[in-house]
Amino acid sequence: MELFQYPYMQRALIGALVIGLAAPALGIYLVQRRLALIGDGVGHVALTGVGAGLLLNRSPVLVAVIAATIGAIAIEVVRARGRTSGDLALALLFYGGIAGGVLLVGLSDATSANLNAYLFGSLTTISPNDLITIAVLGAAILVTMIALRPALFAVSHDEEYARVSGLPVRTLNLLIAVSTAVTVTIAMRAVGVLLISALMVVPVATAQQVTRGFRSTMTAAMALGLFAAGSGVWVAATADTAPGASVVLVAIASFLVVAVAGGAWRTLRRRSTPAAAPTAEPHEVVLGRS
Amino acid sequence: MTTPVIAVEHGVVGYDGRPVLRDISLTVTAGEVVAVLGANGSGKSTLIRAVLGLVPLSAGSVTLFDRPLRRFRQWARIGYVPQRLGASGGVPATVREVVASGRLARRGVLRPPGRADRAAVDAALLAVGLTDRAGDPVSTLSGGQQQRTLIARALAGQPELLVLDEPTAGVDAASQEAFAGALRDFVGNGGTVLLVAHELGPLRPVISRAVVVHEGRIAHDGAVPDPAGHHAEPDHDHVHPHCYDEPAGLWSN
Repeated sequence: MELFQYPYMQRALIGALVIGLAAPALGIYLVQRRLALIGDGVGHVALTGVGAGLLLNRSPVLVAVIAATIGAIAIEVVRARGRTSGDLALALLFYGGIAGGVLLVGLSDATSANLNAYLFGSLTTISPNDLITIAVLGAAILVTMIALRPALFAVSHDEEYARVSGLPVRTLNLLIAVSTAVTVTIAMRAVGVLLISALMVVPVATAQQVTRGFRSTMTAAMALGLFAAGSGVWVAATADTAPGASVVLVAIASFLVVAVAGGAWRTLRRRSTPAAAPTAEPHEVVLGRS
Repeated sequence: MTTPVIAVEHGVVGYDGRPVLRDISLTVTAGEVVAVLGANGSGKSTLIRAVLGLVPLSAGSVTLFDRPLRRFRQWARIGYVPQRLGASGGVPATVREVVASGRLARRGVLRPPGRADRAAVDAALLAVGLTDRAGDPVSTLSGGQQQRTLIARALAGQPELLVLDEPTAGVDAASQEAFAGALRDFVGNGGTVLLVAHELGPLRPVISRAVVVHEGRIAHDGAVPDPAGHHAEPDHDHVHPHCYDEPAGLWSN
């Protein structure tokens, strides 16, 4: 526990908590529109930005935000067009992004330790300035995702209906794309490019096993993200493990616990109260003909 | 009350060069309940999607409430009921949450829901008979109840025009009755309705005019045609294994 007396550990903890809260708040919309792995793709593109930043001696995080934003908008444009070649275009973007990143980092004077810090996170090297960036951007994401929840829910739930409602569908989609890029870039410092999607998606997956509505899922996912970030950093500090990986493993462990407990509870309930026979609707087609 | 609510003039729609609608003209005036009938693949769903701007016209024009579709902004006047709820990624949503998104057209993106919004959602849930399911996840409802949820979502926006795509397809009898009742109330309060249907069922008495689309053109526009032949039998099980071969005279005798 005394480890948390050191300022760098306090910064690590606060940074992790901010990201643990903000990532699922955005992630729920991504899961709802079946884009759970988009964070991964944007992360790959962000890595090219990191490489370019290191090569040009500019702030890697800043260049990564720009690269990730361009990447996220490109993915959104491909998605909105709805062409079947979309997933191939995404694959090109993903692998191009990570290859470009590795290449550019290699060309720069940075060591492989630098690359590792962005691939797998480096919570303990967060500077006071980094923490301010993470806190401000994280708060902005959080406020946007909560304040615009009805509109973002509508557009993620039924895009055509949202369009007929006169909602600014394209703007809202771009907002989600840009928010994804920003979240990826701030979470990059915590869990790394390769583990970002886990923080966006796993708490949502855990929550939706037991919740009934969208709002309750969002609240529960944010609480779970906060819990995973806090206890992950604590585990990392006490057991001297990699913080990013610890946070993600705590999140996945919560998923497994909830899945098993939820399954057991449903089985128990089924046994104690025999379910009423479901009232079937009449068949629409004539069955039994071959 | 003869203001045209919807006016389609010489509308043409094609998907990838294949024409779906060829030269369709249709006017719906305030207070009318117009059913668009036709076989599968006749273009009837495309027609209403074109009216709503979800499918672009390659020629012709659509006018909504006296405004060209391109410049139409008063979407709160229209309530749209799609054929079914799109498959979402598994995040649960309650019936009330889905119905509440029907208020966005009226409220806008930035304003949080107020008392009037909640009252309208309550009224819409009551109108379709789903008040007791308001807190349940939509995914646990039957197909008919999900359809009623979508109708409640459209009603919650308090529209002047309802546009419905096959509202009774695959819907159980109880839900069809509940839906017909909700539609009667809506029309009784001066609403206008454009709906696509495969068969009318309990909706028949509510319909004031029928338009039959066949091969992308309007084959009939006027009184509701009597169903032909075996379709008229009360226990007719409406199955269309080879509907593309049906003659144009199916609905017009």
